[in-house]
Amino acid sequence: MITIWMLVAVILCALILLALVRLFTGPSAPDRVVAFDSINTLTVAIMIMLAIAFEEVFFVDVAIVYALLSFVGTLFVAKYLGGEL
Amino acid sequence: MLSDTLIFILIAIGVIFNALGIVGILRFPDVYTRLHAETKMTTFGTIFLCLAVFLYCLLNYLSSGDGQYIDLGISTAVVLVALAFTNATGSHAIARAAYKSGQKPENAVVDRLEAKK
Repeated sequence: MITIWMLVAVILCALILLALVRLFTGPSAPDRVVAFDSINTLTVAIMIMLAIAFEEVFFVDVAIVYALLSFVGTLFVAKYLGGEL
Repeated sequence: MLSDTLIFILIAIGVIFNALGIVGILRFPDVYTRLHAETKMTTFGTIFLCLAVFLYCLLNYLSSGDGQYIDLGISTAVVLVALAFTNATGSHAIARAAYKSGQKPENAVVDRLEAKK
């Protein structure tokens, strides 16, 4: 069963590499923010998968903090792009 | 044996929906459609991955009685709630910022936000 979780983590890493294509070639700034937001969500999913694979609870605690901090970062960049700062 | 199959099906749904979200980012024409694909698909896929984790933790707790699996399941529930709320709010903020920075949707005919001002 452990190999399945590691396999899912590897597949999600490959998806992050695909999202990086949009992050680098995005024609405008909001496109890059969209790609960055998806990378954050996939990173949280990878952390949960690794927590199961290694049987450690601390990985999930890191994932909670990462999810909330990436939300704050996304809001901040969105406010900056909208010209409200 | 049936539960292993169920876990595998949940994982497959999660991975496929995450992959569809990334394909949507790469293929769709403008910011709003990309945002639509990305937010819905990755949130839905991650919810299903978390459901697979719940099922795995529950089965292991019932078979071994180890309290660590209960901790893992509850922490995953907290991640799931945080992700479900913050993804929706974040996508709304990005769409608002994209409109305010002057981007129009592709092939847009009517702009009711512009007419309201």
